[in-house]
This record gives sequence, C-alpha cells and structure tokens, in this order.
Amino acid sequence: MVEYIFYALSVICIACALLVVFSKNPIHSVLYLILAFFAIAGHYVLLNAQFLAVVHIIVYAGAIMVLFLFVIMLLNLNAETEPHKNMLTKIMATVSGGLLLVTLVGSFRAAGQVEMVNLDNSNIGTIENLGKVLFNDFLLPFEISSVLFLSAMIGAVILGKKQLS
Amino acid sequence: MQSVNYIPIVLQLLVAGGFVTLAMTLTHVWGPKRKSAEKLENFECGIESQGNARMPFSIKYFLTAILFVLFDVEVIFLYPWAVNFKELGLFGFVEMLVFIAFLLLGFLYIIKKGALKWE
Amino acid sequence: MGIELLIFKSILVLVVFTITLTIAAYSTYGERKIAAFLQDRIGPNRAGPFGIFQPVADGGKMFLKEEIIPADASAFLFVLGPSLAMLTALMTGVVIPWGDTLTLNGVEYSLQITDLNIGVLYIFGVVSFGVYGIMIGGWSSNNKFSLLGAIRASAQMISYELAMGLSIVALIMTTGTLSIKEIVDQQATWHWNILYQPLGFLIFMICAFAECNRAPFDLAECETELVGGYHTEYSSMKLGFYLFAEYINMFISSALMASLYFGGYNFPFMNSLGLDQNMVTILGTVVFFGKVFFFIFFFMWIRWTIPRFRYDQLMRLGWQSLIPLAILNILLTGIFTMREELKNWLFN
Repeated sequence: MVEYIFYALSVICIACALLVVFSKNPIHSVLYLILAFFAIAGHYVLLNAQFLAVVHIIVYAGAIMVLFLFVIMLLNLNAETEPHKNMLTKIMATVSGGLLLVTLVGSFRAAGQVEMVNLDNSNIGTIENLGKVLFNDFLLPFEISSVLFLSAMIGAVILGKKQLS
Repeated sequence: MQSVNYIPIVLQLLVAGGFVTLAMTLTHVWGPKRKSAEKLENFECGIESQGNARMPFSIKYFLTAILFVLFDVEVIFLYPWAVNFKELGLFGFVEMLVFIAFLLLGFLYIIKKGALKWE
Repeated sequence: MGIELLIFKSILVLVVFTITLTIAAYSTYGERKIAAFLQDRIGPNRAGPFGIFQPVADGGKMFLKEEIIPADASAFLFVLGPSLAMLTALMTGVVIPWGDTLTLNGVEYSLQITDLNIGVLYIFGVVSFGVYGIMIGGWSSNNKFSLLGAIRASAQMISYELAMGLSIVALIMTTGTLSIKEIVDQQATWHWNILYQPLGFLIFMICAFAECNRAPFDLAECETELVGGYHTEYSSMKLGFYLFAEYINMFISSALMASLYFGGYNFPFMNSLGLDQNMVTILGTVVFFGKVFFFIFFFMWIRWTIPRFRYDQLMRLGWQSLIPLAILNILLTGIFTMREELKNWLFN
C-alpha cells in the first residue's frame, strides 16, 4: 500500500516539476511548483517526518511561493512587452544547465549504492525529538543561523530602499 | 505508524474538492448564457478602462513579502523549542533569548530604516 | 486503520462538512439580522417567517445567475481563484476536536476527524495557503482595482500570520504539545488557557480578524478606494465562493479560539454531574458550539461597531505593535514558567 502511494506521489512530483519548466505562463509554473511541493510533503509524511512535512508546506508553499508570485506580478507581464531572449542567452542557459546535470549525475555515480538504514526509533521525525536534537547537539549552527537571518534582513532592506530613492 | 492519521485529510480533500467542482459545474450549466462583446468587457470601475492591469506596483509590497519569508522561518524555529520548553529548562531559555535578541536587532534595523513605513 | 473506523471517519467528514456549510450559510443571515438590530432596522424578513429561508434563496440565486468571465481575464486562473479560496477554507475543520469520545457498542469513537501531533502547525499551513485564492483571483481579473485589492489583502494576511504564529508559540510553551486534542484535554473543567495567556489570546484574536479579512481589517474590499476589491469582476457562484469562504473562515477561527483558549468542549463541573461519558460528550459538544456562536457573534458585533483602518495604520499595527507584543508575551511566559529556576540561579 505504502509502495503504491510512494509511486503515485513520485509520478505527481516529477510530472509537476516538468510542467514547471515547460509551461509558457509563469503563473502556471508557480502553481505546478506548489503541487510538486505538496507531493514532496506527502513523501515526508510517508517517512513519518511530520514536522518537516508541515514546515515544507508553510515555508515553501506558503511563504516563498507567495514571494515568487509577487515578483512575477511586480514585473510588467504584458504578452506584447515580453523581451525576447537572444540566441546567445539561450545557448549559455543550455550549456550551464547541462553542466549542472553532468555534475549531479557524476556525484550520484560517485556516491555509489546507498545502504538502507533501519531506524530503531520510528518517531525520530516528530517535533519533540527534532527539538531535542536541534537545541542540544546542533546548538551552535542554530545560533549562527540567526546571524544569517540578520544579514538577509539587512540585505533585503538595502535593496528595497535603493529602489525607493 | 502515525501516517495513518493523514488518511482522513485525503477524505476531506476529496469531499471539499468534489463540492467545489460540482458547484462550479452546476452554476456553469444552470446559468443563462447571453454574452455580447460589450458585456464581456472588464467592469473595472464602471467607466471605460485605460490600458490593462498588467502593470508594476510598489516595491513596498515586495519588501514586505521578503521580510515575511525571513520572519516566518524564524517563527518556525521557535516551535520545536516551545514544545520542549519545560524539558530544556533554563539553558534552553537563554539559548532562545540569544536567538530572539538577533531577531529583535534585525527588527529594530528594519524599523529604523523605515522599510515598513507606508506614507 | 480498520474498515469500521474508516467508515466512521467518512461519516464524520460528511457531517462536519454539512454543519460547516449550514453554519456558514446561516452566518450570512445572522450577520444581516445583527447588522439590522445594531442599526435599528428589521433586516431580511420576506423569505419565510422572519426571513429564515433567506440563505437558501441567496444560494439558489448564486447558482442560477449568469456566469461571466471577462474577455481580458485568464479564464483558467479566473475559475481557480475562488475554487482555491473555498478549498482552503474547507480543509481546516479536520483537526478541530468537535467533542470528546463517544462509546458505541464498546468501541470508542473520537469526535475529531483526525488528531495530528502537529495540529496547530497544520492549521498554520492551511491558513498560509489561503493567500493564493485571493492573489490568483485578483491578478487574473485583469482589473487594476482587483490587482491592488489582492496585493493589499495578501500583504495584510502574510503580515498578521507572523504575529499569529508568535502568539501561538507562547501557548505551546505552556502546553508542550501541538496536538489540539491534547491542548483541549489539558484545559479540563475550568483550567482554560485564557487565564494563563490573556495577552496571547488578544493578539491571536486580532490576527484572526485580519486573516479573515473582516472589518476593521477589510481593506481589500474598501469600496471607496477599490470598487469591490479583489472580487470586483466576479459573478454567480464564483463570487459566492469568495463570500462564503470568508464566513467559513470566520466559523473555523471561532472554533479555534474556543478550543485553544476557552477550553473547547470542557465546561466547569463536567465531571461532578454524575452523568455517563456519552452524555458528558454530547453536552460538551453543545457547550463547544455555544462558545463558537458567541465568537461568531463577536466577529459581527465588531464589524458593525468599528470603522475600517487606513492601510498605513494596518501595517503599523501588524508589524510594529503586534509582533513586539507577541515577543514580549513569549518572554513573560518564559520568565513566569521558569521563575523557580531563575530564583535558584540568581540567589545561589
């Protein structure tokens, strides 16, 4: 049963990811990306990582995609005024995309066969256990992340203010 | 296996989705259809519309959205801590005070720079 | 999950769905009657005695009106907008505990559709998804006023989501769980969270008003500036969905406020009445709906009493008052809970 759900979710996820790339309308792309995120959240639920699943929805589908939509709406999205990309840009995009693919495939081949890990505790993904690990073992990265947030805030404000003046 | 608890959500999604589709179809089938070019023009504000709505808007909204993403992630970080608050004890509380201090520092910067002023 | 439990859950899903729609429909009637009462008018009184069939007539009208999709609008997104608004509104009811357990033929059935151990975050996730219905609808209309209304509404919703999340963090610090059922059970008899989290509740309630786009936060449909706001171009059932979703959201927020802060289905002396478990459960559900109706009435009372904010006031309230207040509330809760440890640490 779980296996069938896994395959169904995977098919949805990959199909949506492809549609993100192939759809002409950027708003449709965003919507397909949201669907892909939901499929990934479904995978997390199957793995019993419920907190991660719901955070995935809140942060990616609920916050970052809203930002994407704002950006798309902020750009002047007239069909007539859409700039035509020249040939050089298209070739460069294909080459850099291809290089990324080669790197990914290469790293997967180098990693070799992944061993199945049997967890002795199936509740490892719950929010209680996650919190304990995060606030005891990974304390320093957690505190450093707050500095990262601070720099991101300052960057956002500086970029935004420059546009205003 | 806790994942079983998510089956009723799928049920609810089926019921809600079914209702939405059914209602949309019924209103499409039952409603009268007497369309004309004039009628299908945008209403906008009642007078003839100028240009179209695909236009840029204030960067303020965009800035609000970026800051929202950042703060949202920070709020999410607070949840695993809040659940374990009593077990982590005083040390955990101090840890979070440091985190919140950085958050407030950024917040003060945003306010001081007037990034959230709407006049 | 056994087949019997699955059947019970399916029935429960359908019952909750029907109740949600009925309450939302009759909230529109209630809203008009309460508005009339507050303004010394009579209100709807033609359809049936006291106009009680008014919601049925309104619903029928929505179905039978001509469906207009403006020629300049993107048709698919134009239909998707209200559908998403309705869908997200209907998805939140799943984790609300409508009552305790019923024992039928020796088997216990919970009156909550599903008890997720991340229930509070599930609600948070669905609410954060609610922005899309409005944004897509407003953008696809290809109307400047709709676009402005949609952007205003989404900026407002995301801003108040932050303060809402922070106010719940303080509540979670005292309860130590994210399962709404457990939070309700901890408030047995009269130990309601409102006694421990009054400031948190105030912030949560203000944010709930803003999330539902209810007055005094209904800037998205500010007639004097924006014609009809994000749903200016909508007609027939698609308009109905937008309006209806607002009432469903109001109902669910009321249920959430009642469960998180006002004890849910718990009521004082519930265990000392000498009734059997099933009776207490049924009474508890009745009490729960009583609390919910009070909050729905409160929503309407506020709407017809307080005038609308200006946009800069709204954003200032959200970012510069509610977020610092919510953080202060977290600190106060922390210090209060840790007072023994702090005393030991300071004086030893």
